[in-house]
This record gives sequence, C-alpha cells and structure tokens, in this order.
Amino acid sequence: MKATINTKWFIIILVSGWLVLFGVVPLLLLVATSFLTADHVNLVRFQPSLESYRQLIDPVYLSVISRSFKLALITTLLCLVLGYPYAWYTARFPPRWRNTALILLMIPFWTNSLVRTYAIRMVLGTQGIVNKLLLALGVIDAPIRFMYTDLAVIAGLFYLMLPFMILPLYASTEKLDFRLIEAARDLGAGSLATFRKVILPLTLPGIVAGCVMVFVPTMGLYYVASLLGGARQLLIGNLIQQQFLSARDWPLGAATSVLLIVAMAFMLAGYAAIIHRVGGKARKGDWS
Amino acid sequence: MRWLRALYFFLIFFYLYLPITVLVANAFNSDRYGMRWGGLTLEWFVDMIGNQSLMEAARHSLLIALCAATLATLIGALAAIGLSRYRFWGRRIIQGTTITLMMAPDIILAIALLVLFIALGISLGFWSLLLAHITFCLPFTMVTVASRLQGFDPHLLDAARDLGATERTLIVKILLPMMRPALIASWLLAFTLSLDDVIVSSFVTGPSYDVLPLKIFSMVKVGVKPEVNALAALLVLLSLVMVLISQILLKEKTNYEKLT
Repeated sequence: MKATINTKWFIIILVSGWLVLFGVVPLLLLVATSFLTADHVNLVRFQPSLESYRQLIDPVYLSVISRSFKLALITTLLCLVLGYPYAWYTARFPPRWRNTALILLMIPFWTNSLVRTYAIRMVLGTQGIVNKLLLALGVIDAPIRFMYTDLAVIAGLFYLMLPFMILPLYASTEKLDFRLIEAARDLGAGSLATFRKVILPLTLPGIVAGCVMVFVPTMGLYYVASLLGGARQLLIGNLIQQQFLSARDWPLGAATSVLLIVAMAFMLAGYAAIIHRVGGKARKGDWS
Repeated sequence: MRWLRALYFFLIFFYLYLPITVLVANAFNSDRYGMRWGGLTLEWFVDMIGNQSLMEAARHSLLIALCAATLATLIGALAAIGLSRYRFWGRRIIQGTTITLMMAPDIILAIALLVLFIALGISLGFWSLLLAHITFCLPFTMVTVASRLQGFDPHLLDAARDLGATERTLIVKILLPMMRPALIASWLLAFTLSLDDVIVSSFVTGPSYDVLPLKIFSMVKVGVKPEVNALAALLVLLSLVMVLISQILLKEKTNYEKLT
C-alpha cells in the first residue's frame, strides 16, 4: 500500500510541479514585469508603473498593432474559406482516400516551418517559379515584385497556418450526421439554406476552434514577417522580439505580450460560449 | 461538381507542395541562385558538411530534440496516467494549464520562460533550452497519450491488482507497454516540434549554444544559401519519414483494437 501511495504522489508532484514552475509561474512573472519600470543596467527596476501601457497607445506602436490584427484576420479568413472544403470533402471521402488526404496535409505540417517560409521566399522571387509560370501562361507581361509586400507575408502565414485550421474543422465535419443533411433536403431546403441552417451551426465548434488556433498564434510568427516582409515591423511578434532582444525594454515587451494574452482569453471565452450553446454533443470528442 | 472538387484539391496541393518541391530541386541544382535548372550536383551537400558552425548547430539541435522528446514523452505519459487514474486537488488547474500552454502563441511562452530563467539566475544555453523544449512539448505528448488511454479496459488493471501488483508494477508492466504505439507517436511529434522550433529557442538560448533553426534564420536573412537548401532537403526527407512511421503506428493501433 505504501508503494501505491508513493507512486501516486510521485506522479502528481512531478507533473503539477513542472506545470506550475514552467507554466503558471513564468506567465505570472511576465504579467508582473509589464507593470515594472525599464532599467538599462538591470533590465527592470522594481518600481510599479503603468508607463509601458501608456507607450502601447503611442500612435506609431498602435499602427503596428492594428496592422498585425489586420494581417492575422486576413490569414484566418483565408484559412477558413480555403480550408473548409478540404475538411468537408475529406470527411466524406471513402476511408482509403481520407487517410491519403490527411497524410498529404500532414507532410508539409511536419516539415520545419522555417524551411517552409524560406521555400515560399524561393518561389515568390522576381526570378521565382511563380512569376515564370504567370509569364508563361501570359497572365502577366512583366515579373511582379511579391517579396517584401504584405501579400508575400500573407502567403507565408497562410501556408504555415492552414493545417491548424483544417484539423479542427475536420474533427467537426467528421462527426456531422449526414442524415441531417438528407433530411433538410427532403424537407425542401436548397443548398444554401442547408448550409446556413444545418451544416454551419453544427460545424461551428470546429470553425471557432480553428480560428482560435490560427488568429492569435499568427501574430507571434515574427520570423515569417522578417523573412517575407523585410525590415518593417509587421506583427506583434516583431514588436515583442525587438523589445526583448534588441531594445531591451522588457516591461514594454511584456505589456505588448499581455495584449496577445488578452486576445487569446477572449478567443477562448468565445469558444467556450459556442461549445456551451451547441451543447454537450460537440464536446464528446474533446479531451478532458 | 466533381471537376470543381478535383480542381480545388489540385490547387491546394499545388500550393502546399510547390515550395517544398522547388526547395528540394534546388538542393541538387548546380545553378547557385536557383534561377534556372543548371544540372545535377551534390556540391551543396559537400558545402553543408564543410560548414563547421552549421554542423555544430545541427548536432546541438539533434541532442536537444532527442532529450526533450524522450523526457516530454515520459513526463507526458505519467501525467496522462495520473490525470486519468487519480482524483486530487488541483486536477482541474493542471488540465487548464495544459490547454493554455498548448493554445498560447509560442512567443508568449518564450518570453515568459526567459523572464523565469533570468529571475532564477539560470544561464541561457543547453539546460534552459532543454527545460523550455520539454515544456512546450509536454501538452502535446499528454494529449496524444491520454487519447489512447481512453479506450483502455480497466478490468485488466483490477485483475492485476487482485493478483497482488503494486501501483508501480501496474504502470511499468501494464500501462506503459500497452501504450507503446502512443508513446512512439508522441515521441515523434515532440521530436518534430523541438526540431521545428524557432521562436522559443531564439529567446532562451545564449550565444554559446547555437541551434539549427536560429543558424538557418541568420544565414537566409540576407539571401539564398545553397548549403541551406541541401540541409532543408534533408529536413524535408526526415519529416516525410516521421509522418510515414506515425501513420504505420496508427494502423498498428487499429489492428490491435480489432484483436481485443
């Protein structure tokens, strides 16, 4: 009996200890740092201040933040609109095709994301294959300069984030009872009405989960913005990286990250509300 | 509708695979800047092996990934077992923390851990990197293992206990061996996540311990580097092998379920 208790407590203490020490404590320290004063010698001075939050609403800073939200929003919508059919068709494929479709999605997903960003840069150059194809097809007369534009950044963000949207979408389209769609059809609903009244509400948990997985993390992918967007500060991640690694203003960097944490909390609260509204049914597959 | 569906999948796969294909092709392309096909060469692979600092960063990354994947899988398996078998105060908090860690953007965890390491006086290098990598892999290994535990027959454990097995024997002799496919799958996932990480590593490592993604990042920031193409082709090959192995493991799992 003694051994049973020892093993149980060994596991509980190890796991709880790890998650508290490396999960909860660092996040609390980070939030605390945002309320301290920056100091060039010791990084921070233990003097409470709201100075960092005042700097956040500086117009220059604010314009980067709003631009970052815009880029993340466009990326999320692109992933949703272009990823939804993938999840939908894959869920309706016969099992053999379904596995193939999932593997074909997983291979890029498991490939190093920095390598994929670099690959995007390779194909988007003025001498790159995309321009060559467009020229050969006669779509354009002269090469387009994609690199260091917002378009290139969105192309890269979309490339990296698409699987994060498709996988939760697939989880909810796979659970969908297709007899409900037949029933709607039998009752005279058109394609659009069936989609709006049956399919959309039932796959809403997957849609929201996908948006949660894509929207906030996108704003942190500073290396995509640096490699494809040039030297300009584009994403909130670039601001944080700059404050922590070059400007050495940790309180400001921490305050910027609190913005992301708040955005994350809002997204998760929205997700919880949707799950609650759709009811326990959608919950079954979740891990608890 | 059929052709529309075919066109859709063609375009998506074109988008997903064109960059990777061009990248791999350029690893063997003797035209340095990959503007046109200049003929087959292995020159860039030779350059890659000759690049001392790149090779050192690769060794560091592999070491970190091996250690982090192994420890994260071990702790994650114990965590999944603990959460499914024991009821204790703070269980909900543990679950909440796990989900938060999994969903939070990498950059949040990166700077939070940086602040922790500086506050604790841990110098930035191998150990800070290893602790950070275990931490961001942990939620994923926990979930992978937990999903496999759900279909598990609890009577087997009752039987073992009736025969006098202790809790430790149950875990070491029954639970861990039965979870083997899940353990391997979660190890592969953690290994991939660790090797893939740019953001957390860039904050929690010091100049004395350079890792592969950071090295690649600083090399390609300014332009195309053919030896990076060679290395990238190897990384693509590695991820291909990893996906196939984990797929085979998934199959093994379904066969196993049929048997019982």
